[in-house]
Amino acid sequence: MIIYTTEVEDINSFYTLESLKEVYGIIWMLVPILTLVLGITIGVLVIVWLEREISAGIQQRIGPEYAGPLGILQALADGTKLLFKENILPSRGNTRLFSIGPAIAVISILLSFSVIPFSSRLILADLNIGIFLWIAISSIAPVGLLMSGYGSNNKYSFLGGLRAAAQSISYEIPLTLCVLSISLLSNSSSTVDIVEAQSKYGFWGWNLWRQPIGFIVFLISSLAECERLPFDLPEAEEELVAGYQTEYSGIKFGLFYVASYLNLLLSSLFVTVLYLGGWNISIPYVFAPELFEINKINGIIGTTIGIFITLAKTYLFLFISIATRWTLPRLRMDQLLNLGWKFLLPISLGNLLLTTSFQLLSL
Amino acid sequence: MILSILSSPALVSGLMVARAKNPVHSVLFPILVFRDTSSLLLLLGLDFSAMIFPVVHIGAIAVSFLFVVMMFHIQIAEIHEEVLRYLPVSGIIGLIFWWEMFFILDNETIPLLPTQRNTTSLRYTVYAVKVRSWTNLETLGNLLYTYYSVWFLVPSTIFKALSWGVSLLK
Repeated sequence: MIIYTTEVEDINSFYTLESLKEVYGIIWMLVPILTLVLGITIGVLVIVWLEREISAGIQQRIGPEYAGPLGILQALADGTKLLFKENILPSRGNTRLFSIGPAIAVISILLSFSVIPFSSRLILADLNIGIFLWIAISSIAPVGLLMSGYGSNNKYSFLGGLRAAAQSISYEIPLTLCVLSISLLSNSSSTVDIVEAQSKYGFWGWNLWRQPIGFIVFLISSLAECERLPFDLPEAEEELVAGYQTEYSGIKFGLFYVASYLNLLLSSLFVTVLYLGGWNISIPYVFAPELFEINKINGIIGTTIGIFITLAKTYLFLFISIATRWTLPRLRMDQLLNLGWKFLLPISLGNLLLTTSFQLLSL
Repeated sequence: MILSILSSPALVSGLMVARAKNPVHSVLFPILVFRDTSSLLLLLGLDFSAMIFPVVHIGAIAVSFLFVVMMFHIQIAEIHEEVLRYLPVSGIIGLIFWWEMFFILDNETIPLLPTQRNTTSLRYTVYAVKVRSWTNLETLGNLLYTYYSVWFLVPSTIFKALSWGVSLLK
């Protein structure tokens, strides 16, 4: 006869509150995730405010100024308004697909935040295939767009969804090839390794100088992936009446809105990590992180400085993309797809070949 | 436990591909299958292959199928479809397939029936891994570009011809 001792152990451990340690373990695992999500949400609020202020500056007007001081809480006000709007579901559309579509678009973006290093030890998941996780998960976003467009029971939404998905998958390939060239340079696909490979010569160690073509292709492709101008035909108000987002109202539309800015934040962070040297102070011959490793307090200061540097470099790309949005005209769909397949893809392939040949020559 | 959490939705979604009435649903279920298969590959420790799955299968294949299915006005199948009339022939084919799976899978390493298992499996530690462990990508490249380079180059020329043809077609 076998006595099942595991049940007895469970009762004992529950009695002596040992199971609390496991609960603590699970909660301790959730704390970094929730911190990251909180940080990202605040980042999105900041980007929305930035966009409105910068666009106001470009258009020589004053941006938001009523919601909170300097209009900082404008994004929160917009979100609250969208929350209180009626949640309309098209009567003969596919209700499940309609509801799940925006969720899939946001899920794929939020999952990719886990591989971004904000400072030398602040990364949620230091994977061996880190950067490739972003590429893989961003391939799921077109499915969400297709589902939103199809479930709306509206021909023009459907067309908009098809166009958005076509745009997404077209610009994935130059993006992947640029990322591949970067992994070649750093001998690793881990984002931490990529940043550390750029840390040697400060400013001159950036991958930006080693991959200038790749940088420009990455900029254009990531703008196209975010569906921001000049690539936002799927959601253009004049051409397609907001495309696949036409039938959405309330917080589901808010989800698309947030997804666009989340994607922008993600792309900017990846530009920082891949091309601009991540969290390193990029003044040559100043090895600040090592100076800060002496004791615990200095370590925390060093890590905080790393976060600020990452965010400052991210702001650079954010500014460029927001200024691009309010400067350049929109591309037509066939021009867009031509650019992706016939211009950026051969150039990124050539960039990969160049990088490979230089790596072979130097070894 | 996590194996069954991941593999059972894969099997159920695979079944639902054939059973779904709306053809769009039956192209969306393979996406669940691919996602679960990718996580199973992650459990096996094949991280690179697990990332290839979403890129290729979900991002390209499933999206292409979705494009086709969504654009053609396919009628939703009838509710009373009398599926049972397919049972004789499809039942025989299903049994043959099942027998083939048993034939291939039932050996010492992968036992299907819970007979008396000799659970003293050999476990040995590879200490070279602790010195310098190779990533999945490195192991693939070590073989693909050296010993199997012909296998690599021939499909790449086919792929090159196809992609040039597709992108130059106006």
